[in-house]
Amino acid sequence: MARDQAEQAAYPLDVATRGRPGARAPMSSRERWGAVFEYLLAVYKNTWRGSVFGRFMSPLLFLLAMGVGLGSLVDERAGGVDGQSYLHFVVPAIVATQAMWLAMSESTYPVYGAIRWNMAYHAMLATPLGVRDVLLGQTAAIAFHLTMSTAIFLGVAALFGGFVSWWAVLCLPIGVLTGLAFVLPLIGITARAESEETFNLVFRIVMTPLMLFSGTFFPISQLPIFLQPIAWVTPLWHGVEACRAAALGRIEPLSFGLHIAALLLFCAVGWVWARRGMERRLVV
Amino acid sequence: MSATARAAAAGAKWVAAGQVAGGSVTGVDDQVMLEARGLRKTFGDFTAVDGIDFTVRRGEAFGFLGPNGAGKSSTMKMVACTSPVSGGELRLFGLDPAEHGPQIRARLGNVPQRDTLDEELTVEENIWLYGRYFGMPRREARAKAAELLDFAQLTERRKDKVEPLSGGMKRRLTIARSLVNSPEILLLDEPTTGLDPQARHVLWDRLFRLKRSGVTLVLTTHYMDEAEQLCDRLVVMDGGRIVAEGSPRALIEEHSTREVLELRFDEDDHGRHAEAVAGIGERVEVLPDRLLLYVDDGDSAATAVHNRGVRPLSVLVRRSTLEDVFLHLTGRTLVD
Repeated sequence: MARDQAEQAAYPLDVATRGRPGARAPMSSRERWGAVFEYLLAVYKNTWRGSVFGRFMSPLLFLLAMGVGLGSLVDERAGGVDGQSYLHFVVPAIVATQAMWLAMSESTYPVYGAIRWNMAYHAMLATPLGVRDVLLGQTAAIAFHLTMSTAIFLGVAALFGGFVSWWAVLCLPIGVLTGLAFVLPLIGITARAESEETFNLVFRIVMTPLMLFSGTFFPISQLPIFLQPIAWVTPLWHGVEACRAAALGRIEPLSFGLHIAALLLFCAVGWVWARRGMERRLVV
Repeated sequence: MSATARAAAAGAKWVAAGQVAGGSVTGVDDQVMLEARGLRKTFGDFTAVDGIDFTVRRGEAFGFLGPNGAGKSSTMKMVACTSPVSGGELRLFGLDPAEHGPQIRARLGNVPQRDTLDEELTVEENIWLYGRYFGMPRREARAKAAELLDFAQLTERRKDKVEPLSGGMKRRLTIARSLVNSPEILLLDEPTTGLDPQARHVLWDRLFRLKRSGVTLVLTTHYMDEAEQLCDRLVVMDGGRIVAEGSPRALIEEHSTREVLELRFDEDDHGRHAEAVAGIGERVEVLPDRLLLYVDDGDSAATAVHNRGVRPLSVLVRRSTLEDVFLHLTGRTLVD
């Protein structure tokens, strides 16, 4: 009883109403998606340790195995690829590929979880935020991850002598763009997924073949002629080719421009599709 | 204007608004906060909410009482402006959710049926970051979080992760978080479902304090004791419709008797004894495990039962509750 009275004195009754703002000026778009971005970064700050190994080690292992290990064999037997050492051929492709893998891991389970498990998106949509803000904030957070890990990989690869031209710095924005060209369509898939099994399917029948047959480890001209057009309609091949052109300092404006335009197209179509999927899933 | 100047101006605006609203409103006034006319919600062929009308005024605690599947949660989601209205009219603060969703949500507190806390964040981070969704400056959100954690009796746990907290604590945190924007209406969907009795009482106490501080409460429940404890006025829902409306006391007076005599027999079919006690009270309800006699005076009714030579295993006299109201109106019990 005494405790109750003390409590009453300590917690004034107007705790909920104090500072009540009534009708408030609407938030700007930047404020709205920025709040989502801030939340996702806070979550990452608490959980990043678990993801570090996969995120930074696997591209490094690829670099060592393919670039250095397999590369010495290829260079010895075939004199490199198109007059390049195999290391210089494969490093920009790994940049694009690791962006794809990061896009895969960040756009599937975490997004699915925010829809189904901890319902973080539902919590956001109970506030002034809308689906567009949630999608934009989520995409921005993944873009941030893409920027960080691509930059770190580029640094490590440079230490291994993976680049021959300063144009290679362009691999950073191209890597991020390649990632986003996967992120948005993948969020579209995640929003529509009825179970986590969907991700295994995407992983096996889309991502793995793409990694192997998008001109990553060998030029697509080595593929049977009828398989080559398949590479043209995947974001990874465009990302690999654009990164490679930059890393080798051999940018041809027309083809380079087409690769970038293709990646932007995947982002734009993916955005519309992802947004519609999220609306259908979250606003019912 | 520089970014810092803008932030400072925003902060000042916040504080000033707080000072203006400093004197809190108590009691109910005439201002309509929430109004629904013929409100409907359908999912394909299924009709969850089938044309309901209700009005909630400032400072009221208004409840939707009904069993699972009555349409309470669908109604709440429409009121929270997180689910589009399928038909009829809905107005909050005089605004239409279809056009002014974000503006309305900025003035609501939402406690959904399932907690949507982030278990990987700390208790206080959950509130800070939620405040940011309302455009609150960081410093304001932090100050408010400290106050709300005090209110929710979670100050000692503020730096802990949410995951190991008890169900009652998580529920209190959800409520604290929903108050970060100083809402004018607090929506609570089944606020104490799944909590143990002690945790429920702590929560009721907190909600009662909010009500006294002038927050308009709108809640759903399938517990009649919760409805009786918290609601000034409630509607009884069944099958997507409102079947009765009034204060808990008025509903009991209108739809039930003052007292109830409960009789248990050593028998599987309690209906066999209904005939023997017929006419003693206003009516008899047969439940699988007991007979309910609706009477004005339970003790004299018990004597009457005895005089007829009926020998139940146990006899209990109690007051009528909302459970009896629901049973009378729908022929079913609230909680299966």
